[in-house]
Amino acid sequence: MKRYLLRRLLAVIPTLFFASVIVFLVIRLLPGDAVDLIIKSSPFIENTEQMRAQIEADLGLDKPIHLQYVYWITNIIVRGDLGKSLIRETPVREEIAERIPITITMGLLAVFFALLIAIPVGVYSAVRQDTLGDYVGRSVAILGLAIPSFWLGTMVVILPAIWWGWSPPTRLAPFMDAPLQYLSVFLTPAVILGASLAAVTMRMTRTMMLEVLRQDYIRTARAKGLREWLVVTRHAMRNALIPVITLVGLFVPIVIGGTVILERIFDIPGIGQLLLLGVQDRDYPVITGIFLVVGVFVIFVNLLVDLSYGFLDPKVRGEG
Amino acid sequence: MAELAFGNNGLGGFFKSDGKISKFLRRLVVEKPLGAFGAAIFILFLFTGIFANLIAPYGYNEMNPIDRLQAPSLEYLLGTDQIGRDVFSRIVHGARTSLIIGLSAAFISILISTFIGVTSGFFRGMFDMIVQRMVDAWMSFPDLVVIIVAVSVFGPGMWQVILVLSLLYGIAGSRIVRSAVLTVKENDYVHAAESIGVSVPRILLRHILPNIMAPLIVLFTTRLAAVILVEAALSFLGLGVPPPSPSWGGMLSFEGRSYMFQAPWLAIMPGLAITIVVYNINMFGDALRDLLDPRMRGSGGKNI
Repeated sequence: MKRYLLRRLLAVIPTLFFASVIVFLVIRLLPGDAVDLIIKSSPFIENTEQMRAQIEADLGLDKPIHLQYVYWITNIIVRGDLGKSLIRETPVREEIAERIPITITMGLLAVFFALLIAIPVGVYSAVRQDTLGDYVGRSVAILGLAIPSFWLGTMVVILPAIWWGWSPPTRLAPFMDAPLQYLSVFLTPAVILGASLAAVTMRMTRTMMLEVLRQDYIRTARAKGLREWLVVTRHAMRNALIPVITLVGLFVPIVIGGTVILERIFDIPGIGQLLLLGVQDRDYPVITGIFLVVGVFVIFVNLLVDLSYGFLDPKVRGEG
Repeated sequence: MAELAFGNNGLGGFFKSDGKISKFLRRLVVEKPLGAFGAAIFILFLFTGIFANLIAPYGYNEMNPIDRLQAPSLEYLLGTDQIGRDVFSRIVHGARTSLIIGLSAAFISILISTFIGVTSGFFRGMFDMIVQRMVDAWMSFPDLVVIIVAVSVFGPGMWQVILVLSLLYGIAGSRIVRSAVLTVKENDYVHAAESIGVSVPRILLRHILPNIMAPLIVLFTTRLAAVILVEAALSFLGLGVPPPSPSWGGMLSFEGRSYMFQAPWLAIMPGLAITIVVYNINMFGDALRDLLDPRMRGSGGKNI
């Protein structure tokens, strides 16, 4: 177990390194360089050759590219400095920190709904393989993969408004004042986001259950006269659900992509809105800051998932 | 389950004889009727995209201001939008946009996946190790976030979108190709070829590549569906193909939002088009996977 932990922890270092290189290269690819941006944003700086050279030296842009990377990354690791928004001049780190709880609340709710729907349906589908219920469950799941969340979201906003004059709540009061109202804002988008995750989870749960139900220990449990209910819950589900955990790692990028869209539709001020705002304003520090934070977040969630997987399933520790 | 053994024999011979293709089509219809239906819808989608000019009764940007926000009727099959454009014609032309972006991005991404997957899986060692960590890093950025950032760098436009989607799915898909190569590589015929001194490029082209065709074809169909979905999402956010070019996602975007309350068909129809096409491509892809490549069964799809 120790060796597995160590190996998995070490493997994260190159991944983090390459991810930061990708973000760094994106900054280099941006149209119009940083010097132009600074000169344009300040009325006190004249656009002369000498001034440009001085700004370049200040920013370290006259150094070779690998040194620039070293400066950039140490600044982030040591001081947590992601730069300032070009428009609002607030530190990007603060802007992200302010909005992260909102996006995380929505993501967690979505995952909760996904598991709540998908696991019972997946288990039922596997236990009643090739019956009508199984076909309905599977067809709905494939349909869930095909319906774009931005369409589902749009329909939920428009159709109830036309039919009943109802629209989903959008006013985000502080959590401490009115926790229920706070959560109710996330309810509709989280269910929509959860629906697409549920489709993937349901298919995975079904496959894993079918695999486990074929095992000898299931036959033994049945042969000794154990009730079917107990065979399914105690023996089959416990083993089948372990691989489903890895899906949570797969969820994170989908959830973040989904929140960008659903925050837009339901007007929720999370990370996704901030990203779109950044793109709209060409506010590059905001864009690259979110890009980096999101990437690192996904890497760490995947690490946690892998570690818990190794903890739950002894077979994995040896192989890795 | 005896018929499933077919997939492991590889597709090398499959493409050479016509008899096998008709036999395969018969199996598709008999064993996977839903998949065959999906294939039919996919072909319909292809023709709609190719012959968009002939099918659409109006131009995609042809405005009839007198007939704005008309409900579906015989004159305007799916109604009109806020500036009197025919929704049906715009959906038909939008199929062409989806088709061009979908097919090119799916195809280029397969080329990228094959190149990375085959070299990484075949040569293994340090090279594989480094490439795989790079793929890990790349895949830790959510699809939509990568595309949004890329659009902010390259600007919106059809070719930029194709390029970015190809790269995105190309790198992610290399995992699947790599694991297929790892399995094929251990076959006796590869060891035999190595032991009689067949050159590496020849082994790759003659022995490895033909035997990973099945997963590649399946990967292509799933990628096609994914690209169509993501392109629609991007256009929905106003970051895809710039207007007035018709795109399904663009038709649902915020510009038209306030009109959708009076004219719900504006919201319903384009979304229905996306869902029908993506659903049927997925069904077709699932059937292909079951028939060609039983090993890949049950691997979950990705979605936004």
